[in-house]
Amino acid sequence: MTTENNTESVKPKDTGVSAGAGGLPLLHLSVSPHVRSGLSVPGVMLAVIIALTPAFISSVIFFGLSALLITVVCVGAAVATEYVANLILKRGQTIQDYSAIVTGMLVAFNLSPTVPLWMAVLGSVFAIAVAKMVFGGLGCNFINPALAGRAFLMASYPAQMTDFPPTNLGGMNGLADGLSTAASADAIDAISSATPLEAIKYAFADGIFAAADFAGALTSLLTGNVGGCIGETSAIALAIGGIFLIAVKAVDIRIPLAYFLTVFLLFWLANGTGEFFTADAFITPTFHILAGGLFLGAFFMATDPVTSPITPRGRLLFGLGCGVLTFVIRKYGGYPEGVSYSIILMNLMVPLIDRYTKPAVYGEVKKRD
Amino acid sequence: MPKKFTFRGGVHPNHCKSQTERLAIETFPAPPIAVIPLSQHIGAPAKALVQKGERVLLGQMIGEPDGNVSAAMHSSVSGTVLSVKPFAHPSGRLVTAIEIENDGADEPEPFEPIGQSWRDLSSGELIQKIAACGVVGMGGASFPTHVKLSPPSSKPIDTLLINGAECEPYLTNDSRVMIERTDDILTGVQILKKILGAKNVYFGIENNKQDAINAIYDRVTGSRFNDIALAVLKSKYPQGSEKMLITAITKRKVPSGGLPMDIGCVVQNATTALAVYEAVMYGVPLYRRVITVTGAGVRSPKNLLVRIGTPVRSILEACGADIAAAKKVVMGGPMMGIALSDLDVPIIKHTSGLLALDQATDAVRKYPCISCGMCVSSCPTRLVPSKIAKFVEKENFDEAVKWNLMDCVECGSCVYTCPAKINLVHFFKVGKMRVRAAGAAQK
Repeated sequence: MTTENNTESVKPKDTGVSAGAGGLPLLHLSVSPHVRSGLSVPGVMLAVIIALTPAFISSVIFFGLSALLITVVCVGAAVATEYVANLILKRGQTIQDYSAIVTGMLVAFNLSPTVPLWMAVLGSVFAIAVAKMVFGGLGCNFINPALAGRAFLMASYPAQMTDFPPTNLGGMNGLADGLSTAASADAIDAISSATPLEAIKYAFADGIFAAADFAGALTSLLTGNVGGCIGETSAIALAIGGIFLIAVKAVDIRIPLAYFLTVFLLFWLANGTGEFFTADAFITPTFHILAGGLFLGAFFMATDPVTSPITPRGRLLFGLGCGVLTFVIRKYGGYPEGVSYSIILMNLMVPLIDRYTKPAVYGEVKKRD
Repeated sequence: MPKKFTFRGGVHPNHCKSQTERLAIETFPAPPIAVIPLSQHIGAPAKALVQKGERVLLGQMIGEPDGNVSAAMHSSVSGTVLSVKPFAHPSGRLVTAIEIENDGADEPEPFEPIGQSWRDLSSGELIQKIAACGVVGMGGASFPTHVKLSPPSSKPIDTLLINGAECEPYLTNDSRVMIERTDDILTGVQILKKILGAKNVYFGIENNKQDAINAIYDRVTGSRFNDIALAVLKSKYPQGSEKMLITAITKRKVPSGGLPMDIGCVVQNATTALAVYEAVMYGVPLYRRVITVTGAGVRSPKNLLVRIGTPVRSILEACGADIAAAKKVVMGGPMMGIALSDLDVPIIKHTSGLLALDQATDAVRKYPCISCGMCVSSCPTRLVPSKIAKFVEKENFDEAVKWNLMDCVECGSCVYTCPAKINLVHFFKVGKMRVRAAGAAQK
């Protein structure tokens, strides 16, 4: 194939064409098509960065400058790691595709606002260097780099990773009030270190549950005025970004849709009361949709194209699997939160899912063996 | 107006037709030297009937079909044969061609018209006439028309579809022909209908060609052509692909690895219907055609009636193309056309246009594949293009075939939409060639 690479221009045979002094006209050769859309990989990454911005702003409102600082440091560390890794591995530079910025932001969004900066750097370096670059860089990693960074830090520094402060605006009051009167003091320290999911998990485990300001708690969950990781708390801000990504077709709606529906449905069934939305039990499906990292995970982590299936049916299956695992971990597992591990586990299933969800081709005749 | 038909998948490239869609067809002068390749169609090349030094007339058969799937070639000028030897061909290969010096007299071969009595002839006689006039599919695939019109009796045809979709950006040659030669095309369609014995005839046009739609609509709602139904199609690439046209209008699907005749359909391009009309009514062989010359590198874009065998360079220069500045010259549309390496190649029977583009597209790959799935949602054949391309790249052809490599129609929708700018079609073409070569070697 002489037309393999159109950077090899071919000189027309006839040199009689006037092309100015000395220069011969050169024509590019390439396989069709000869036009391209305006979509590009950096464009897709830029869309994700834009989509993460509302959650970033809300994190700064609720957690203050520490959220800003951690995010900036994570992005800086991620980009620097990719730059250095490319130098060491003698590859072309790839930081201009913006994917390292996305990873840095997502690592930060998965950290508590109280983590020391060196830990943020360590998580970002691990995410880029180990989860991404050693496998060949963008497009070659098999698990979400940001989640790998988070899992690495969770395993190494569980205490710091799960120490969540209240928000600047006194978040968690609804939950904290309800729980501090009801839950035994040794079960949780509701004032300083409980996310809504932790509060539920431990309070429920103790079998103690008092009426609390449910409407207030729900409002807090929607706006993000609750304890938690930097970028996971504001359901509204994340939803704005997620819907934007779906609208610009940077994200396939199948994954978040299947994920949300599965979590909602399973918690509704497990709830037993048939209630979607009640004041006397926080463990309604609505609560589980809004609390914890589900919005961040479903819109921004599970939808990472590299580590999710490419087939339409595979994407539904992937969202379903994430939902089931999240339900199992939250309900039966040792952790209050299960989104990140669910997605990591499902990342590992992607090659298998793709393989068994090959779409039916136009005009395909069912084979009779 | 009837409802709009469409299909699943596809892309929406800029139409880029406004420069030429309202320009009437102009006749381009015959070239001083015409080069007629003996292969301008799918199938075996024609056999040369003339030798160096021989005098030939305009429209004289100079190459005869060699075998069942082949097509006749005719001289597009009158004059003297200068040589019969390999010449550069638009495909990039060297192909034996007949070089004729034009004497400027345009002395025609005595044509044998059938005229209005075509209604009294049998299908076989009409097909013979079409074959003798060297008519091939003029939409791009260039399959010999007489072969397509002769399905085995085990495959009865009930539906004839006329392809006036013209979904390729830039090209306006089909729509100009539909506007300026409406009655002739529709008569050609009636000839095709008679040959096939088809009950239903649909004339499909994309809804961005309102003038062509109006022209056809006016005539098919009258009494003379009321056996033809206009089907307005949503403008979406590749609506003009044979399978997509059939599915959009009839909801039938051509079986994987099969042909339209397997589901009772035959598709003919609108300009091919005109060639059939000229062949049957006037006995005029296919020695000229309408092309669109446009693109950012062309100062005065045109729709031109050109002789087959006219060198590309002379046409581009006459349209004010700055060849030295053009980055790329494409024969055909920008989605499936061929980038020319040599501007002295001739216009051939299925050349629908010449584009001088001021932009070179990216190389085979600009960014790594991020598995975003844009190629999957744009593929009209419902393939997983990125996966097949990866299999081909790793030379895992068994797996590529399992993922339906051979069903790819190379429409380029996946490449158009790919954010990583990977030329997947390149891998499909290479993969298909390798698979076919391996299959041939086994036999």
